[in-house]
Amino acid sequence: MGADARPQLRMTHGRQVEYGLGVYSGKLGMWVFLCSEVMFFTALIGAYIILRWGSSQSWPDPTKVLNITLTAFNTFLLICSSVSMVKAYAAISHGDQRGLRLWLLATVAGGAAFVGVQVYEYLHLIHDGVLPSGFREGGEIMEALTRAGLPTGGHELFGAAFFTMTGFHGFHVSCGVLCMIWVTIKAFRGHYTQAHHEGIEVIGLYWHFVDLVWIILFTIVYLF
Amino acid sequence: MTAPAGAAHGPDAAHAEHHHEPSFLRKYVFSTDHKVIAIQFLFYSLFFLLVGGALAMLIRWQLGFPGQPLPGAGVLGDEAAPGGVIAPKFYLSLVTMHATYMIFFAVMPLLVGTFANYLIPLKIGAPDMAFPRLNMWSFWLMIPAGVLALAGLVVEGGSAAAGWTAYAPLANTPDYTGVTTGQILWCLSIAVFAASSLLGSVNYITTIINLRAPGMVWFRLPLSVWALFITAILAILAVPILAGAVIMLLFDQILHTHFYLPAVGGQPLLWQHLFWFFGHPEVYILILPAMGIVSEIIANGSRKPIFGYHTMVYAIIGIAFLGWMVWGHHMFQSGMNPILGTSFMVSTVLIAVPTAIKVFNWMGTMWRGRLWLHTPMLNAIAFVAMFVIGGLSGIFMASTPVDMYIHDTYFIVAHIHYVLFGGSLFAIFAGIYFWFPKMFGRMMNERLGKLHFWTTFVAYNATFFPMHLLGIAGHMRRIYDPNAYRFLQPLQPLNTFISVSAFVLFAAQLPFIVNFFWSMFRGRPAGMNPWRDNGLEWTVPSPPPHGNFAATPKVLHGPYEFSHPDTGEDFLPQDQPLPTRPGA
Amino acid sequence: MRHWWFPENASSYGGDLDSLFYLILYITGAVFIIVEVGLLWFVLRYRTRGGAAAGGPGRAKAYYIEGSTRAELIWTAIPAVLVVIIAVFSQRLWSELKDPANVPPDAQPIGVMVKQFEWQFTMAGADGRLGTDDDITRKDHLTVQVDQAYQLELQSIDVIHSFFVPAFRLKQDAVPGMTTRAWFRATRIGEYEVACAELCGLGHYRMPARLVVLSAEDFTRWQAAEAPPPAGGGGGQ
Repeated sequence: MGADARPQLRMTHGRQVEYGLGVYSGKLGMWVFLCSEVMFFTALIGAYIILRWGSSQSWPDPTKVLNITLTAFNTFLLICSSVSMVKAYAAISHGDQRGLRLWLLATVAGGAAFVGVQVYEYLHLIHDGVLPSGFREGGEIMEALTRAGLPTGGHELFGAAFFTMTGFHGFHVSCGVLCMIWVTIKAFRGHYTQAHHEGIEVIGLYWHFVDLVWIILFTIVYLF
Repeated sequence: MTAPAGAAHGPDAAHAEHHHEPSFLRKYVFSTDHKVIAIQFLFYSLFFLLVGGALAMLIRWQLGFPGQPLPGAGVLGDEAAPGGVIAPKFYLSLVTMHATYMIFFAVMPLLVGTFANYLIPLKIGAPDMAFPRLNMWSFWLMIPAGVLALAGLVVEGGSAAAGWTAYAPLANTPDYTGVTTGQILWCLSIAVFAASSLLGSVNYITTIINLRAPGMVWFRLPLSVWALFITAILAILAVPILAGAVIMLLFDQILHTHFYLPAVGGQPLLWQHLFWFFGHPEVYILILPAMGIVSEIIANGSRKPIFGYHTMVYAIIGIAFLGWMVWGHHMFQSGMNPILGTSFMVSTVLIAVPTAIKVFNWMGTMWRGRLWLHTPMLNAIAFVAMFVIGGLSGIFMASTPVDMYIHDTYFIVAHIHYVLFGGSLFAIFAGIYFWFPKMFGRMMNERLGKLHFWTTFVAYNATFFPMHLLGIAGHMRRIYDPNAYRFLQPLQPLNTFISVSAFVLFAAQLPFIVNFFWSMFRGRPAGMNPWRDNGLEWTVPSPPPHGNFAATPKVLHGPYEFSHPDTGEDFLPQDQPLPTRPGA
Repeated sequence: MRHWWFPENASSYGGDLDSLFYLILYITGAVFIIVEVGLLWFVLRYRTRGGAAAGGPGRAKAYYIEGSTRAELIWTAIPAVLVVIIAVFSQRLWSELKDPANVPPDAQPIGVMVKQFEWQFTMAGADGRLGTDDDITRKDHLTVQVDQAYQLELQSIDVIHSFFVPAFRLKQDAVPGMTTRAWFRATRIGEYEVACAELCGLGHYRMPARLVVLSAEDFTRWQAAEAPPPAGGGGGQ
C-alpha cells in the first residue's frame, strides 16, 4: 500500500481480497437488490403516470374516494418505524443490547400496524365497491360520487393502479415485517454485538427504502 | 502458486464445519457450492433446450408440410393435433412456448446460470459466491418456474398462444385467444423466473466487486467475467421491469384490471413500451456473456493476447449502455409517434459501432496467431462468423423505412436466430466443450465434437439463411399456413427446404448428447490444464475441490499472456510471474 | 425463384425503399465479405498442425501484440461513418413517409376497420370525404385509382392487427383505442394482396384482402356502379 487514502486490499472471512468498494457484501448485496426494487416500482409508477396523465384520461378525485386522514396517520406510523429503526442501529452501534431490542420491537410494531391499517383500508374500500376492476355500480363510492355530481371517468384505471401499487408496497412491508421479527428474535438471543451488527444495518436499508417508496406513493396516489 | 504473505488460514471460516463428509443430498442436490449449482443449471437448461428444439420441429413440420399428419403426433392429443395434423391454436402455442423456453429456460440459465456460476468465483480467485445460500435458492426457484412454464401444455385451453411478446390486448383477453389458464401460467412462470434471475444477479455483482483475489484489479479481469458483470447489472435493472409489466398483464386477466385494455382507457402500447424496455437489454443479456466466452476461447485457440483488451471492455460497457436507449426500434410500425422512430433509429445504428469493434478485435486476435482448432475454437470462430451476419441483418431493420417492410416478417426471424443460435448457442457449445473438462475432470471426445460442430454448422445455415429470402418476399411471422396467401404460395419449396434442414439440425445434436454423457464417465482424464490456458480455474484440480483454492491466489498480470516472448511455454497463468529477463 | 425476392413494386415510394434496402445491402455485404473472407483466410493461413503439440518450450509462438490503437480507430471510424450515412438516408425517407406535412395534400381518405379476422374498408365515394352518404364499404376488398394518393385511417375493434401490402412496401399497425394513419400512391394497375402482419389470434394466417388498382376511367366507372343509391337507400352490398 502506498500513500493512497484508499487501501488496496481488505480482509473478508479471514481472506485477503481486492478493496472493491470498501463495503461489506451484505450491505452491497442489499444496495444492488434495492436497485432492482427501484426499477420494479418504476414500472408500476411509470404505468400509473402514463395511464393517468397520458391521452387526457379523466380521473376520480382521490380525496373523494380514499381516506386521506387515515392514510396520513398510517404514513406517520411508517415514518416512526423508520425512526425506531435508526434508533435500534444507533443503540447496537454503542453496544446497547437493551436499546436494540426495544427499538426493534417498536419497528416491528410500527410495520405491523401499518400493514394492519392498510388491510383495514382495503376491506373498507372493497366494501364500498372500490375494486381493482373499478368502482362497482351501486357501490357506496360510485353512488356518492354520482350524487355529488362528481366525475367518475377513469375509475377502472384508478382501481387498477391503486390496488397494484399500494398492494405491492404492502407486500414488501409485510415481507419486511417478517424479516424484522426474525432479526428481533436473533437480537433477543444476543446475536448482534457492537463489533458485528451488519444484519441490523442491512435490514435497516431495506426498511428505509420501503418507507421512501411509500412517501412517493402516498404523495402521487393520495394527494394528487 | 505462492501463498500471499500474511494471508489468513485458507478458505472461509464458515466452511470449518465441513470436517465431516456432507450427505449426498447436501453435496449434490441442496448444495451451496457454486460449481454444483452451475452444473444443476447446466442439466436444467439442456433439458429445456431439447424441449424448445422439439417444439421447433413441430413448427417446421407444419410449415414444411402444411396440413399433413405428422407420424406419431397422435400422442399430442385431439385438441393439439387432430389426426396428427397440427391445429392452428396449437401452432400458436408452439411458436409462443418455443421462444419462451429457449430464451428464459435455456439460453439465459445457460449463460447466466451455468457459466456465471461456474466461472466467476474460479476466475477471480474466490472460494465461492458472496451469498452461497441465495445462490442455491436462485437455482431452486427455477424448478417452480419451469413447472409453471410446462404446465400450460396440459391444461385446458392449452399453453399461452400470443407469442413470447404477449402483446395486449390479445394476450390478456381469453376471448381473443381461446386460452385462459395457459396465459396465466405463462405470466406466473415469468414472474418466478424473474425472482430467480434477480437473486443470481445480486450474487454475481457482489461477488465480482467484493471477492476478487489480491492482484485481480479491474483491468486484469478476464473478459468473460467483465461480460457477466455487465450482464448482471443489465439484469438487475431490466428484469424487474418485465416483472412489473407481466404482473399488470396477469392482473388484467385475474383481477379484471384494465391496464392494457383500451375500452376504458388502458393502453396496449403501454405493454409494448414496458416489455421492450426490458426486452432490448434482455437481448444484450443473451449475447454479452456469449461474447465473453468467445473472447476467452479465441485468445486461447490463437495462442495470442486478446487484441485490444481495454477496448473490448469499453465495447461491452458501450453496448450495454446504448442498449437502454433503443427499445423503440421494436415499435417503429406500432403507431408510436414517428419522431420517436427517428431517435430510436439513431441510437440503434450507433450500437453497430462497439459491436463492429468487437468483431474486428476478435479477428485481430486470430491474425498471426498459431491457431489450435480444437472444438471450442471451431465453435467460437463460428460465433464470430454467424453473429456478424445477425448483426448486419439488424442494420436493415434499424432503418425505419426498411423496417416498414421487413417488420414482422421472416427477415426478423432470420436475424433473431442468427444472433441467438449463430451467436449465443455456438458460444454456449464452445463454452461447454471448453469447461467440461474442468467441471467433470474428463475430456469430451474431439472427433464427436468436430462431427457435431460441422453438421450443426451446415444444417444451421441451411435452416436459417433462407429465412432472409422468405422475409424479403414478404412472408409474415407466426403464420400457421402461408398458403392462405397467394403471394406466399411460391415460397413453399423454400419452407420445405428449411424444414428438412431443421430436422437434420435437430438430429445433428445427437452426437453432442452422446458425447456429453459418455465423456462424463468414460472421457479421457483431463488433468489440471488441458487447454494450456491462463485463467485461474486451470490452476486447480479438475474438478476443483469445495472452496476452490487451497490458498488464496495472488494475481500478477492480465489473463491473456499467450506467446509472451520471454516465457518458456506459450501461455502463462495469472498467478505466475511475468519473466523479468529473457529465459527467466 | 423470381418470387423469392421483393414483389414487384407498385407504389410511389416503394422504389425509394428498395433503393435504401440495396444501399444497406451493399454496405453490409461488403462488411460481410471482408469478415468472412478474413476469418477463412486467417483459419487457413494460421492454423497449426498437431494442435496441442505445436505449443511448448522452444517451439514457435504466435505474434505477441496486445492491440493497435491505430487499427482500432480505423475500424471504429469507418463503421461509424457508414451507419451515419445509412441513418441520414433512412431519415429522409422516413420523414417523407411519416411527417404529416408530407402527406400529399390531395390524398383521399380510406377508413379501415379491422377485427378478428377480416378487414372492412370504407372508400370515400365521389365526394372524396368519409362519413358521407356516397361512401362505399366492402369487406376484404379495397379498390383505388392508380396515381392517386390515399390516406388510410386504421382502427381495430379488438386486438392489434397490421395492414401490410408487400407490393406497396407499406405496413401500419392498427391498435384498438387509437386511430393510426398511413398513406400511399399506387403506380401500377393490378390486383395486390393485403396481409395481416401482427399476430392477432387463431385466424391470423387467413386474413387476406384484395387491393385492386384501376385506371382513372375504370375507377370512375367502378365508383359509379358501386355507389349506394342516392336518396333513401342504405349502404352498398
